[in-house]
Amino acid sequence: MSFGDYMLFIVSAILVNNILLAKFLGNCPFLGVSRRMDTATGMSMAVIFVMVMAGMITWLVQYYVLVPLEIEYLQTIAFILVIAALVQLVEIVMAKSLPALYRALGIFLPLITTNCAVLGVAIININEEYDFVDTLIFSFASAVGYSLALVLFAGIRERFMLVKMPKVFEGTAIGLVVAGFLALAFSGFAGLVSH
Amino acid sequence: MSLTKEFTKGLWEIIPPFRLVLGLCPVLAVTTSAENGMGMGLATTFVLVCSNLLVSLLRKIIPSKVRIAAYIVIIASFVVIVELTMQAYVFPLYQALGIFIPLIVVNCIILGRAEAFAGKNGPLASIADGLGVGLGFTISLTVLGAFRELLGNGTIWGANLMWESFEPFTFMVRAPGAFVGLGVMLALINFISVKLDQRKRRA
Repeated sequence: MSFGDYMLFIVSAILVNNILLAKFLGNCPFLGVSRRMDTATGMSMAVIFVMVMAGMITWLVQYYVLVPLEIEYLQTIAFILVIAALVQLVEIVMAKSLPALYRALGIFLPLITTNCAVLGVAIININEEYDFVDTLIFSFASAVGYSLALVLFAGIRERFMLVKMPKVFEGTAIGLVVAGFLALAFSGFAGLVSH
Repeated sequence: MSLTKEFTKGLWEIIPPFRLVLGLCPVLAVTTSAENGMGMGLATTFVLVCSNLLVSLLRKIIPSKVRIAAYIVIIASFVVIVELTMQAYVFPLYQALGIFIPLIVVNCIILGRAEAFAGKNGPLASIADGLGVGLGFTISLTVLGAFRELLGNGTIWGANLMWESFEPFTFMVRAPGAFVGLGVMLALINFISVKLDQRKRRA
């Protein structure tokens, strides 16, 4: 691929096929941590970090372990174990060597194991038959798209504290409706990249 | 504690994904039609019941420090079974649900029930709990799927239900409609339970 192709690929992953709003991956933490801006940014950092690492490692596991041994049907189990182990490892290493970052990401790291965006991106990388560089770029761009949507959404949600709304919509219900309008705004990017 | 109570609490008291706001990704992604919603619900129910049973049987053997990892391996095994079975027998549905079948592994409802219920209760109660929560999840997905299919496509279960000049509201079957549809349904459930509470208090 040329440089221009890579740019299109990145724009498509961040804006057009936003992993959160167009592909519906990673919605539980999206609604869970978006009440406040600082938790949203913390989660975004953790997602970028883990998603890129997990994308690379699951790609290597797929092509250097599962395919040679002809056990591709164990993909789901292998990937989730790799991700769980990776998250644990990152947590231990980070606590020792980067205590400041560890304190900032702290509680978000264990939550990431069950963030389906991480496993989802790993599976998409394999299904779309990306090579290693594509995998790296796609994982990073997807994570950036996730963070963008999460931070924007947290910004909107912080305003909710100031407004009056019908009691039945309070909390998650209005969050979902607003996420719908955010998704609508993002779908306006659809013309940017022709398929 | 009766088994019926464990079963029925999944249908209203803690009905996912409304009361337990967990496992939203498949809810949003696959409910473009009633049929897809029901397929996803049933696949999840199967995994939930099996994993609840196994977790409950092994609850005294699994050391509590590694229990989450053990639960994930148990769940992942059943997901692989479902994945291969669906690929063999219901291929069109398998294709429609796509990536969300392997992603049942990280559906937090299943891990949540293993941690909150099956890890502490006996096998029979755990099966009842799994069946109830799974059935509640299936009903929610089917209703949401039918709602979106009716507005977005004018059909339910492929059967045309709207009048002749009905213009499909494609917003509902696209991504934004998923969020708005689920949000409105959640508000509706809140509304019903507020009304029920008021009636109970008056009585």
